[in-house]
Amino acid sequence: MRSDRGQSAPLGLKIAAACGLLFLHLPIVLIFVYAFTTEEKSFVWPPPGLTTQWFAVTWNRPDVWEALSLSIRVAAISTAIALVLGTLCAAAVSRTRFFGRETISLLVILPIALPGIITGIALRSAFALADIPFSFWTIVLGHATFCVVVVYNNAVARFRRTSGSMIEASMDLGADGFQTFRHVVLPNIATALLAGGMLAFALSFDEVIVTTFTAGQQQTVPIWMLEELIRPRQRPVTNVVAMVVVLVTLLPILFAYYLTRDGDQIAGGGK
Amino acid sequence: MRGALSDLFWRRPKLLLLLMLLPPVLWLGIVYIGSLFALLLQSFFSIDEFSGLINREFTLKTYGDLLQAANLDIILRTVTMAALVTFASAVIAFPIAYYAARYARGRWKALFYLGVMLPLWSSYLVKIYAWKLILAKEGILTWLLAKLNLLWLLDAWLSLPIVGGNSLSVSFTGTFIVFVYVWLPFMILPVQAALERVPGNLVEASSDLGASPGQTFRNVLFPLALPGIVAGSIFTFSLTLGDYIIPQIIGTSRLFIGQAVYSQQGTAGNIPLAAAFTVVPIVIMGFYLWGAKRMGAFDAL
Repeated sequence: MRSDRGQSAPLGLKIAAACGLLFLHLPIVLIFVYAFTTEEKSFVWPPPGLTTQWFAVTWNRPDVWEALSLSIRVAAISTAIALVLGTLCAAAVSRTRFFGRETISLLVILPIALPGIITGIALRSAFALADIPFSFWTIVLGHATFCVVVVYNNAVARFRRTSGSMIEASMDLGADGFQTFRHVVLPNIATALLAGGMLAFALSFDEVIVTTFTAGQQQTVPIWMLEELIRPRQRPVTNVVAMVVVLVTLLPILFAYYLTRDGDQIAGGGK
Repeated sequence: MRGALSDLFWRRPKLLLLLMLLPPVLWLGIVYIGSLFALLLQSFFSIDEFSGLINREFTLKTYGDLLQAANLDIILRTVTMAALVTFASAVIAFPIAYYAARYARGRWKALFYLGVMLPLWSSYLVKIYAWKLILAKEGILTWLLAKLNLLWLLDAWLSLPIVGGNSLSVSFTGTFIVFVYVWLPFMILPVQAALERVPGNLVEASSDLGASPGQTFRNVLFPLALPGIVAGSIFTFSLTLGDYIIPQIIGTSRLFIGQAVYSQQGTAGNIPLAAAFTVVPIVIMGFYLWGAKRMGAFDAL
């Protein structure tokens, strides 16, 4: 037995770690309380009373529904594009060594390694130079670009764990390339792709900086929220939307975690 | 037909590789790198101050404008904030990462992992909004301090120059807190990854040889965690350099780089100056990444 097991942590460390985690979570929990407050205008704490009426008010707001619909459509199409591009890239990079391989992995990571405002303004100025008018597709163009990396990361990790000899065995047994892909490769990487897709969806659903530069008049949910933060109209509606957004993004993350958690516990998995 | 195609790919793997790489490389190359070059190009254009039109001739005039005192102020303010945020994130992240790496096992480990991942992936705007609710004058923090009879402390802090203001939600202190909050998970994960590679018996050996916990931290743990901290700092630093939404919603009217870029391209219509401004974080991050690579931070990512 390794000697570092079963030992308990110093009290100071426990307190510091617990405080850190509380610091990360309390503000988000707070949103849930504010969604039920009877206070209309300001940020008053503690809430003078609790009510569920704001859910009904939010339900009847057409602008909220329009933003939600646009966000979901953009996220779905960006995710689909990212799935194709990310998987292709991951397959190429993980299976073979070729000139420029490092450059390609850098190329995939760059859109999220550089600050979002650079991606945003670069795209906007390129649209202006090329005379491309803002539309649904300009938003998708931006989102798909930075969603690729999430799919890529998940797929690369899974490809590395998938043994190449399985593919050789399939070929030896007479399957052609497409059959091998369909019956051997795809089932192996399916959950990683699903997880990557979920994360890409969540990433796109939440993106605000690139969207402000690539959207014209349309509002995604984050743009709607940003607008409400700068020029508040009905604060309780913002509270409700904020709570719903937390719940909507939470579920894909939990599901993605569930799909990829196997393997973390395997010895050497973290190395 | 299908068989023939499959055979062709088998005989010529380079062709398959090319076909696989073509779509992603074309997309990222044209859409992303192409846009970046377009942006870089525009930073060498200039704006005609009278007509407001962009003069498409190569000039360094815009970079000259960038070096005006007001703009240098913005750059200095942003870099200072990014450095402070990075330092504070490292300090807060370390105990969480260390506990998760060394003591948490099984269920607790999963809980710690989710405990960091959920805030990381939670909506960015919702997080900022939550802090607006906390930091506002009539918000929860004021209420809490009033209950603890500590309001005088808040008032004293807010009366300080630069960091103070009318309330926390319109001060640099508020901006700083929210930056640290929003980027903290980006620091925890790489530090935890670096600490997981430190064998526990190294720490024990250090204390067996008579080192105090502080000495063990300074001479054993910290040097081994440093690549992880540098890796995390890439995110906290870069994200702070580019963000324009946090200082806009929670902060003073004094601008950060991101806000300057946004207002130059939007209200001012001065795309060349906005482009030149974006070159600043690109250059800073270029040097930063180069230094980080030399310190071995990329292995900790």
